Amino acid sequence: MMKYSNTGSKDTRSGFGEGLLEIGRQDPRVVALCADLTGSLKMDAFAKAFPERFIQVGIAEANMMGIAAGLTIGGKIPFTGTFANFSTSRVYDQIRQSIAYSNKNVKICASHAGVTLGEDGATHQSLEDMGLMRMLPNMTVICPCDFNQTRAATLAIAKHTGPVYMRFGRPKWPNFTPVDQEFVIGKAQVMREGKDVSVFAIGHLVWNALSAAEILQEKGIDAEVINIHTLKPLDENAVLNSIRKTGCAVSAEEHMRNGGLGDTIAQSFVRNFPAPLEMIAVNNTFGESGKPEELLKKFGLDVPDIVNAALKAITRKKERNF
Amino acid sequence: MYSIKELENIARQVRRDILRMVNGAASGHVGGPLGSADFLVALYFDVMQPDPTAFSMDGKGEDLFFLSNGHLSAGWYSVLARYGYFDVKELASFRKLGSRLQGHPATQEALPGIRMSSGSLGQGLSVAIGAALTKKMNLDEHLVYCLMGDGELEEGQNWEALMFAAAHKVDNLIAVIDYNGKQIDGPVNDVLPLGDLNAKFEAFGWKVFPMYGNDMSEVTGTIKKAQWFTGQGQPILLLMTTHMGCGVDFMTDNHEWHGVPPNNEQLARALGQIEETLGDY
Repeated sequence: MMKYSNTGSKDTRSGFGEGLLEIGRQDPRVVALCADLTGSLKMDAFAKAFPERFIQVGIAEANMMGIAAGLTIGGKIPFTGTFANFSTSRVYDQIRQSIAYSNKNVKICASHAGVTLGEDGATHQSLEDMGLMRMLPNMTVICPCDFNQTRAATLAIAKHTGPVYMRFGRPKWPNFTPVDQEFVIGKAQVMREGKDVSVFAIGHLVWNALSAAEILQEKGIDAEVINIHTLKPLDENAVLNSIRKTGCAVSAEEHMRNGGLGDTIAQSFVRNFPAPLEMIAVNNTFGESGKPEELLKKFGLDVPDIVNAALKAITRKKERNF
Repeated sequence: MYSIKELENIARQVRRDILRMVNGAASGHVGGPLGSADFLVALYFDVMQPDPTAFSMDGKGEDLFFLSNGHLSAGWYSVLARYGYFDVKELASFRKLGSRLQGHPATQEALPGIRMSSGSLGQGLSVAIGAALTKKMNLDEHLVYCLMGDGELEEGQNWEALMFAAAHKVDNLIAVIDYNGKQIDGPVNDVLPLGDLNAKFEAFGWKVFPMYGNDMSEVTGTIKKAQWFTGQGQPILLLMTTHMGCGVDFMTDNHEWHGVPPNNEQLARALGQIEETLGDY
């Protein structure tokens, strides 16, 4: 099993920007749309390289989603870019009717997701986006864990036919997965094998889960860490194989508990293998302004929170003789 | 090529289809479809003339049509069937379980002729703009048409789209407003007045043509005139005055027939006013 280490922190949105430029070079059908956040989404390199395939729509996200849906008619592969909030809740009905129900090959790419957006506060910190998108039939939902993986995922979603929602973030964050990885949609990654507790993590919190596993190891606990980079479709085999081995689990996400990864895994557990599950997520509250690390701590998404959740899950397992 | 008289005869049959379909489903909209029937017949049988046996989602090398006000589905389905996209007998399945003719147009059931789901209002113009941009990128010189309701203009997304199309010189697009002045709750002027639409569209940078939509020769003539103005840097809008419920005296200009199905007695009275020209399905 390879051991992951930070090769130099980078923002995941820049991984998207690099991936978009590369897939733009590879595939002339790729077009990009942005609603006045080209710099924030790191789409400027694509816009500069392919001005004839870049569409600035202005601050008009509903129109952007409709145009993207229309662009697919005639074979384009549109990538939309704006913040996670404006990519989902602001345009939910446009996505629902013109993209998901119509099954159009649109890639909705969303940055600044979660509380690690930081100082902008709750209006911009989308914590519901994955849940909203996960409810839509035909929609694939992806949240890669670091820069390299976001870059790889951007290439992968262009090659996948059908609507995709991909979320990523703003802050510089440890970059630890291989630069040359192949991203397989719907295939969870076992980042670290273990037998005592499964930690299922998504997005930025995969790194926190790996850090928590190190601390747990010092306590003599052998944690398995699995990166669920594709929330939908869930790699149910990977989840169930792990829980059958460990008997208890923690889910970790920078998202609302309702509708997110823990919710998704709990559904699978209940139907297949009821087992204790501790959920690291934001619970029924809006975010607020602050530094990313302060907010992760405040909302209980930090490394010590994952460690404590794992200990609690193991205690529950022992109490119930799983 | 169809003569004006032949086009009018097709529109008569389409109106009969609309009434029978909505009556058969005991649900649906007749007023809007009756009012826009002449336009849709003109567009398919005279203006676009796509090949109904070679439908593809991508629609490369042909004109495209998008229906933004999806509740006009009965009229569109009738025109598609009468034009040859599918058997007219299938019109009897409108709004029934397992039908390809969903209450509002959908792509999920793969009904030939439909490229986008609509029904939730205000989205069609954006979609048509996207399809028009793809045509430009593909160096495909065919046009994109989009029909919208006037009440639908109360949705803000339309104004985002109107702004965008002019700014980006989407000049291979002809949008058509079904300007019947009626919406479900009553006259548009009572619900939310739209003001001077002609002036608004022109101020937004569109080339506007007024058109009376219940006169076949005016419809075909105006669309062809509008086509001459495509490719000149401006999107084009036909402000099409129509009578909701046109063809049936007790439905004409009456908003109460926006979304109410005629019962059997009302259907008989209505059909008595419209000649069966091509044979009922």
